[in-house]
Amino acid sequence: MNVHEFQAKQLFAQFGVPVPRGKEITSPEGATAWANELNTSVFVVKAQIHAGGRGKAGGVKITKDKGTVAGLAKELIGKTLITHQTGPKGRKVHRLLLEEGANIAKELYLSILVDRDTGWPTFIASTEGGMEIEEVAEKTPEKIIKEAIDPAVGFQGHNGRNVAFALGLQTMEPAVINPFVQMLGNLYRLFMEKHAALVEINPLIITKEKTLVALDGKVSFDDNGIFKHDDVQKMRDLNEEDPLEIEATANNLNYVKLDGNIGCMVNGAGLAMATMDVIKLAGSEPANFLDVGGGATKETVAAGFRILLKDPNVKGIFINIFGGIVRCERIAHGVIEAAKEVKITVPLVVRLQGTNADEGRKLLAESGLKLEVADDLWEAAQKIVKLTGKAA
Amino acid sequence: MSILVNKNTRVVVQGITGKEGSFHATQCKAYGTKMVAGVTPGKAGQEVEGIPVFNTVADAVKKTDCDTSLIFVPPPFCADAILEAADAGVKLIICITEGIPVNDMVKVKRALHGRDVRLIGPNCPGVITVDEAKIGIMPGFIHKRGVVGVVSRSGTLTYEAVHQLSTLGLGETTCVGIGGDPVNGTGFVDVLPLFEKDPETQAVVMIGEIGGDAEEKAAEYIKQHVKKPVISFIAGITAPPGRRMGHAGAIISGGKGTATEKMKALESAGVRVVKNPAEIGHAVMKALGR
Repeated sequence: MNVHEFQAKQLFAQFGVPVPRGKEITSPEGATAWANELNTSVFVVKAQIHAGGRGKAGGVKITKDKGTVAGLAKELIGKTLITHQTGPKGRKVHRLLLEEGANIAKELYLSILVDRDTGWPTFIASTEGGMEIEEVAEKTPEKIIKEAIDPAVGFQGHNGRNVAFALGLQTMEPAVINPFVQMLGNLYRLFMEKHAALVEINPLIITKEKTLVALDGKVSFDDNGIFKHDDVQKMRDLNEEDPLEIEATANNLNYVKLDGNIGCMVNGAGLAMATMDVIKLAGSEPANFLDVGGGATKETVAAGFRILLKDPNVKGIFINIFGGIVRCERIAHGVIEAAKEVKITVPLVVRLQGTNADEGRKLLAESGLKLEVADDLWEAAQKIVKLTGKAA
Repeated sequence: MSILVNKNTRVVVQGITGKEGSFHATQCKAYGTKMVAGVTPGKAGQEVEGIPVFNTVADAVKKTDCDTSLIFVPPPFCADAILEAADAGVKLIICITEGIPVNDMVKVKRALHGRDVRLIGPNCPGVITVDEAKIGIMPGFIHKRGVVGVVSRSGTLTYEAVHQLSTLGLGETTCVGIGGDPVNGTGFVDVLPLFEKDPETQAVVMIGEIGGDAEEKAAEYIKQHVKKPVISFIAGITAPPGRRMGHAGAIISGGKGTATEKMKALESAGVRVVKNPAEIGHAVMKALGR
């Protein structure tokens, strides 16, 4: 789960990581009130959406004139931002962060995440602050500094010093070395205690006043760890999520919307991905990833149908079930019952394999439902692609 | 021969009195696996399908000489369960549970490091040596004893491949689900040498998916150490970047971990990569010259 920049910065402050004074704003009036309270020489108004590249898309405004803050807020709230991470439809801005400006002397990059190779939490730092870190890693890999933290003992001072000296802070600004080491310790605590998946500060700045400030902040959380943290759960912003994905989550389904026109419903994540891949191989594009889980029932199948059919791009549905512990005749009953409840308006191909597959296929064939039954994966994919026509 | 588990493996089920635990303990026992003990704290003295229940794994080890644990404990308590099994001296821990927080697994993995214990999973279907021991949630009947070793990050997709191997008459030796989480106990590179050494295994099917670099690491290993034919399918060539595709570990992040990259790495290591998952079985036939 991702959170907004202002929420990330609230967490930073809570863990002793310095951030600019700022506040979440949802109206021009609120902007004026907070601008008066801030009483600073430079005001920064930042659109809050779950996507990077906001600056280039016009989502960040800077002004020295307190009187113009309300106008800028008015301009940004309700505006749709299109960045390289939002897709062509863009993202509507519902809230802003209004904060004080800073005197930047130097920009750095800092993040922490679990290195999947070692299984250790690892800091990544670079002198190339403000740039896309993937780009830095690609073009100048020597500028990427990595420091793994032994989870058995946690963060140690030398971990922080290793990063500080590798960055060259001793020549850049010696006064920030100790605060920097302390900051890394605090970020490690935040990362582990809150079950974060990524904590990123880009840029982390050294100010002309010789202090460190997290000028931007990004935190995403491990979905498997959120249950432990009520405060994190409250940070979820449904405006930032696809309505169909929200509905799927409410029904315990794992759904990701895509751009193709063949809806698919599958048991198991690996098989669901493989099903998307065969749809493409057969010449079309999948409309979604949908894993109905190991215990697919009539209810989950019905919920799956409803979600797939709400996507206007869906021109056909492909159900692919490999019955293991779940028996295929139960799935077949589920499909038949669900099809009665939900009016299915597009071609449907059902492929059943595994436990009691013959029985399941027979039930479907005799149900009177308008659908095609298949037993082989490739045959089924070709059938649904043929029935829906090639992808637009 | 086979790898990891066989007819002499003695299994304790942690979380045996839960719905999942009792159902699958029963299924494993029916397959012929030696299910010798169960553990649920506070329920010692009970039985599940004739399997005695103990309060602690240490008690189970003392009384039944179990050497392998199968875990169904819910995510919040699962890290504790894995460490309990390791502390009790169990040598192989197979963790089925899905949804363990990554940072919990980070600590578990570190705690197991350097100890004489192997963790498989979490978030995996388990391990089966055909006709000897089924220690997991896979449907036993789709398997047929044969010559192919299977190692996979996925569950139902593995069943799909196994079904093809069985139908074509190739059959399997051992199938290992290493799980779909970003931090797990056993990787492809740990299982590949076992198959390479196993005289009964003639070919290996390796099923990967997007996210991380386990497949790239496997490719490096195969290039240097594996003589047996390896056939591979990588799921998720159509998956968009930045989205988690069901499995916690199945995510392309920062442009890394794409299916295309993995396929390329494997192909350059001499692995036969199939683009169509329906072709896995036929590709193995071809590799074995049948």
